[in-house]
Amino acid sequence: MTITIDGKEYTFTPGQTVYEVARDNGIAIPVLCHQEQLKPVGACRVCVVEVQGARSLVASCAMPAEKGMVVTTTSERVLKARRLTVELLLTQGHHNCLVCESNGDCVLQSLAYSLGIDTPRFAEPPTVKPLEQANEMIVRDMNKCILCGLCVRACNEIQVNQVLDFSGRGPTASVGPAFNLAYEDSSCVFCGECVRLCPVGALYEKQGRFKSRAGEARKVRTTCEYCGVGCQMDLNVKDGKVVKVSTPRWNATPPNHGSLCIKGRFGFDFLDSPERLTKPLIRVDGELKEASWDEAVAYVADKLAVIKEKNGPDSVAGFSSARCTNEENYLFQKFLRAVIGTNNVDHCVRL
Amino acid sequence: MTNSIADMEESKCFLITGTNTTENHPVISTFIKRAVTQRGAKLILADPRNIELAKFATVHLRQRPGTDIAWLNGMMNVIIAEGLANEAFISERTENYDALKETVKKYTPEYVEKITGIPAGDLKTAARLYATSGASSIVYAMGITQHVTGTDNVKSCANLAMLTGNIGRPGTGVNPLRGQNNVQGACDMACLPGNLPAYKKVAEDAERKPFEDAWGVKLPGKPGLTIPLVVEGAAKGTIKALYVMGENPMMSDPDITHVEHAFKNLELLIVQDIFLTETGRLAHVVLPSAAWAEKEGTFTNTERRVQRVRKAVGTPGEARDDWRIITDIANKMGANWNYDSARAVFEEVAKVTASYAGITYERIEHKGIQWPCPTKEHPGTPILHSVAFTRGKGLFSVCEYQPPAEQTDADYPFALTTGRILYQYHTATMSRRSKGLNSRTPEAFVEINTDDAKKLGISQGDRVEITSRRGTIEVVADVSGRVDKGVVFIPFHYSEAAVNRLTIAAIDPVANIPQYKVCAVKLRKVA
Repeated sequence: MTITIDGKEYTFTPGQTVYEVARDNGIAIPVLCHQEQLKPVGACRVCVVEVQGARSLVASCAMPAEKGMVVTTTSERVLKARRLTVELLLTQGHHNCLVCESNGDCVLQSLAYSLGIDTPRFAEPPTVKPLEQANEMIVRDMNKCILCGLCVRACNEIQVNQVLDFSGRGPTASVGPAFNLAYEDSSCVFCGECVRLCPVGALYEKQGRFKSRAGEARKVRTTCEYCGVGCQMDLNVKDGKVVKVSTPRWNATPPNHGSLCIKGRFGFDFLDSPERLTKPLIRVDGELKEASWDEAVAYVADKLAVIKEKNGPDSVAGFSSARCTNEENYLFQKFLRAVIGTNNVDHCVRL
Repeated sequence: MTNSIADMEESKCFLITGTNTTENHPVISTFIKRAVTQRGAKLILADPRNIELAKFATVHLRQRPGTDIAWLNGMMNVIIAEGLANEAFISERTENYDALKETVKKYTPEYVEKITGIPAGDLKTAARLYATSGASSIVYAMGITQHVTGTDNVKSCANLAMLTGNIGRPGTGVNPLRGQNNVQGACDMACLPGNLPAYKKVAEDAERKPFEDAWGVKLPGKPGLTIPLVVEGAAKGTIKALYVMGENPMMSDPDITHVEHAFKNLELLIVQDIFLTETGRLAHVVLPSAAWAEKEGTFTNTERRVQRVRKAVGTPGEARDDWRIITDIANKMGANWNYDSARAVFEEVAKVTASYAGITYERIEHKGIQWPCPTKEHPGTPILHSVAFTRGKGLFSVCEYQPPAEQTDADYPFALTTGRILYQYHTATMSRRSKGLNSRTPEAFVEINTDDAKKLGISQGDRVEITSRRGTIEVVADVSGRVDKGVVFIPFHYSEAAVNRLTIAAIDPVANIPQYKVCAVKLRKVA
């Protein structure tokens, strides 16, 4: 089956939306409230296109492609509607890009820029809402919220935590937990899925505030340090420190497809704890005293050799760690078996 | 896991037991919750506590702690009695079915109700749901394994899956959720006393020989000691030296008063870690190592997926990579190891570990591979046992219910069960030093049933003293309907109120896993 987009014919599989057919063929239709893991809702109208014979412009993210459909993605009518939509979104709050955490990585900012909206026609609302920043994980700046609903869908459709929803109507509409509670007073479990999907600067990580602007941090893909799910995540590194953990807004990498939990997303600051061990310690007269690596390695090797010699290799044992890497675990058991000569090696598998 | 995490979305029915998934494997719980809410999958929850997943459950079986074999046998009793067993799968893929049939005969729903407290009707509902969905998946964690009958608990899960043919296909399987990021890998790499890499047996000459050739040394053929037996050996004086890398037994082992006594008896305790842990404080020598963000390597997740760990930042002070510390000690003792990186170690791993043979850092640059992956062309294995079991035919095991090693009585009337919570992690070495995590639950607590609390005059937030035959701790009361009457729950993360002062060192005879999930305690309000 084929569909015509901007004068060219493309084949599609039934069930695909107009947006998906366009995307798969390199035609960029901007989207805002759309995300691949979520059911399309067509709420923001940024992705509107003209369909021949249709009474009005249609949201391409939610419109199923049909045989023989003729679509125009960049007509003056489309651009005018898109511009108006973005201008209205801009007037909904206070979008101060200067110090916004999402500056440079903001869908609204990109739309305003690509549509050439240098001065929005409408005035910003008179009141400024206070930030919600009492908890240690997530800051909510509802001045920047454009009510796209991605956080609501992230919470309900992806994480199924069922904490966030819309409330109110018209100018008083808002998103958040029931009874307008703050996150920390609600049933929120701080998975941060809402932060991940927020396309603007309304939700951001508190630990990363003012630490790195978009593009400044180096992203290092790694595997989470906590449970056995093995979530893939990006450590955002700036000036030799991890400033934030993030996952891409659109991501199909197994096993977690971009989702994390509170531990993975917000539990990394132990790295910089002043309590980290920085030097080997050897017990002298009952107290642990700092030593050099040469001293520590010699101490361990000599003592182990003496004990092995005197009592046999099976008087030595080792506990390895389910928190260490495969490489480290492999060497640890090889050390006990091949160097000491005992099979007394185990780890916290049962604990 | 026999199956994959993503595969859970294809399941039509989950039997979830002994895993508080939303707190301990939060991201996996999202797959389960989506299957239930968006695709109509059924959820059978078997858990003594009213955990978050109960909200999504079709039926919630609240067994008394330590009675799992009884209700699992009960489900099989119903399935056989109602003709819901998968006869074709049984005759084609399994053996010893008659023995199973004979064993589960007496576990009628009514008999099981007496042992477990699960209403007979609920057990029947659960059995029918599991047997008839078309694709049922068993998901479990330490709530099944941490019992003196842990091995038989696991075998009972396998029996149930084989009885209904729920194995080897999408959406099915027996899926243990591994609790730590690399517990799968540490097992694969043979940090187990009876195994060599890829589960080769140290006691089998033919299986040991290739490693002797690869490593150029004669290897001991006598299986070593598991952790509980090493602790015992240290207490008795037969174990003189213990090298602990990245583990904190002074928090995580049962009956830690006894562990402390044993460790103080050692001539040499080496602890290699990122913080001075409770165990490190007893050490003769402490070696500072690199944390996960500071090193290269691989972790293997619960679905057997080997994934990269990458160095993002440097180590603090003089802390070093674990592989380098071990190599330095080995060489000082006369070995001739020439590893210059984690990658070099992994290349050796792939050479000697058949299930990892086809995996290279290059292949897993963007996406991990699930073992077995025997060759460089092999795509990995998302589902195990699809054609045959490892041993050929699946063996039905005979498992009889046995009561827990310690039961409640007039002096110690409450069953204590332990576990983790969402906001802390294991011995909390990392999570309590993470501002956000620790802000959510900074203090140890005990979950007490509302009716029990009323009887004992305990209110929410009161300080409560809890005593077992091995020790006493003091924590804050959290009164709710989350635990059943007669049961209390305490997380094991808090060193100032270490619940493993109370737990019993009774172990499963096969796997040597401690019975963390049941011991007898008494409580009293602290004036």
